[in-house]
Amino acid sequence: MSESAAGIWTKKHLLTLEELSPDEIRVVLDTAASFKDVSLRSVKKYPALRGRVVVNTFFEDSTRTRTSFSLAASRLSADVIDFTEKGSSVSKGETLIDTARNIEAMGVDVIVIRHKAAGSAMLLARTVSCSVINAGDGAHEHPTQGLLDLYTMRQRFGKIAGLRVAIVGDIVNSRVARSNLWGLTKMGAEVILVGPPTLVPKSFEQLGARVVHNFDSVIGEVDVINMLRVQFERIQSSQFPSVREFTQMFGLTQERFKRCKPGVFVMHPGPMNRGIEISSEIADGEQSGILTQVTNGLAVRMAVLYLVTGAQ
Amino acid sequence: MDCHRALAIVHYVALGGVARCGGTPSLLDGLKTAATSLPFGPGMRNYYDQADLARMIDGLVVSVSAAFPPDQPLNVVGIRTRGEVLAARVAAGLVARGHHLLGRGVLDVTLYRDDIAAIGPRRMVRPTELEIDLDDKPLLLVDDVLFTGRSVRAAMNLLIDFGRPAMIRLAILVDRGGRELPIQPDFAALILGNVPDEHRVNVRLAEVDGTDQIVVEPRTEVA
Repeated sequence: MSESAAGIWTKKHLLTLEELSPDEIRVVLDTAASFKDVSLRSVKKYPALRGRVVVNTFFEDSTRTRTSFSLAASRLSADVIDFTEKGSSVSKGETLIDTARNIEAMGVDVIVIRHKAAGSAMLLARTVSCSVINAGDGAHEHPTQGLLDLYTMRQRFGKIAGLRVAIVGDIVNSRVARSNLWGLTKMGAEVILVGPPTLVPKSFEQLGARVVHNFDSVIGEVDVINMLRVQFERIQSSQFPSVREFTQMFGLTQERFKRCKPGVFVMHPGPMNRGIEISSEIADGEQSGILTQVTNGLAVRMAVLYLVTGAQ
Repeated sequence: MDCHRALAIVHYVALGGVARCGGTPSLLDGLKTAATSLPFGPGMRNYYDQADLARMIDGLVVSVSAAFPPDQPLNVVGIRTRGEVLAARVAAGLVARGHHLLGRGVLDVTLYRDDIAAIGPRRMVRPTELEIDLDDKPLLLVDDVLFTGRSVRAAMNLLIDFGRPAMIRLAILVDRGGRELPIQPDFAALILGNVPDEHRVNVRLAEVDGTDQIVVEPRTEVA
């Protein structure tokens, strides 16, 4: 379907990083690089998607991703509609596919979807004829987050291949972890998944990652630490230790940070629980890329919107 | 203002025997009027080598240098990919002629193209590099081939999103005719009249293609 070796993109949807080739990932990252200065221009818009319509359909809460997609679409001169589950006919019992078909019937070019069910974006892509961008489907994938994390690492280190990246926390429930894992391994980085056995099952080794249950055993050897959010909505489950125990064993504390490599780069997809998975001083410190990730998210989403709208 | 009026005159470059296409002697003294109606047909020259190219670029440098005072700011901006290389060569020539207030930039006009709404594989967009102050300074836009004029239109829209140049002038290596928009060059090194659509004018430059040449040849693929 795709021939991206020459910097060409042919995919109509962005559903997962699993399905992208390293070349396609590179096309997104390189295109994103050309958007990174848009905020510095006197006119902060490109005319590329003039007359196109992008609909954000978020069936789950989101601050960063939704705002970022909205802004990215408007920076490309597209018209943006924000659809929320609350106050819509979804609360009257309309199904996802019916909702999407009705939105599409209004003449939409791109549907950006976040939904709690894994596979929802794929289901939608099979149903509608416009482009679909997955903005997070359950615990499956969050491809634009994966791409912006790759972009941020490449910006920091100049390359991705050869980096040793620890992803720490609730891996089993994390779509960010899965997208990062696919993206990083395709680009030649080494991924270490860190967390308690209940949240980081050994089966992840089949995807090419190292699975480690003792954070301290790898803390000194990693270039990047990507801290995942402690998902309080799952904290009651038997998978999860107590908050204090989690912080003690897997939190990025000041004490632990001192044992990191000198140039270690700290990332977090947000929203952060300060003092639980990451200490405030580190999150706001010089080695934190957390706000850079948000800034880069805009450029990456602009690139994705531009690329998928070609193939329709 | 004097400068402005002087520039309003079209500066076509005398090539000293390079632009022999069509065998029309009046081309040699570079008059635009003599060039516009030339047909491109059998017997026309379709190959220009490294020495020809060097003379053409020198010619561009001489005309541009004559049109802009060397002690005044001038931004020299190329359109990716070969316009970027040409702009670099023209700028180097201008520096050698004492222009010491040159600003440099590179444009990727992909996002401004008027066929971007068309369906088709997307080309990767490369960065536009304009870390210069465009406002109230003259700007020389450089590209390799002027055909429909649509890239230049896109480039001008892009530039105006970055600032407000005092003026934009257009320098190109080859004018192949076939304009679809009311855009004309201010400096042109080689005028080929109207090259038929089924031909391509391929400008190859050592920095990207490993060799310096201009070849007019039948299109190998239909665009």
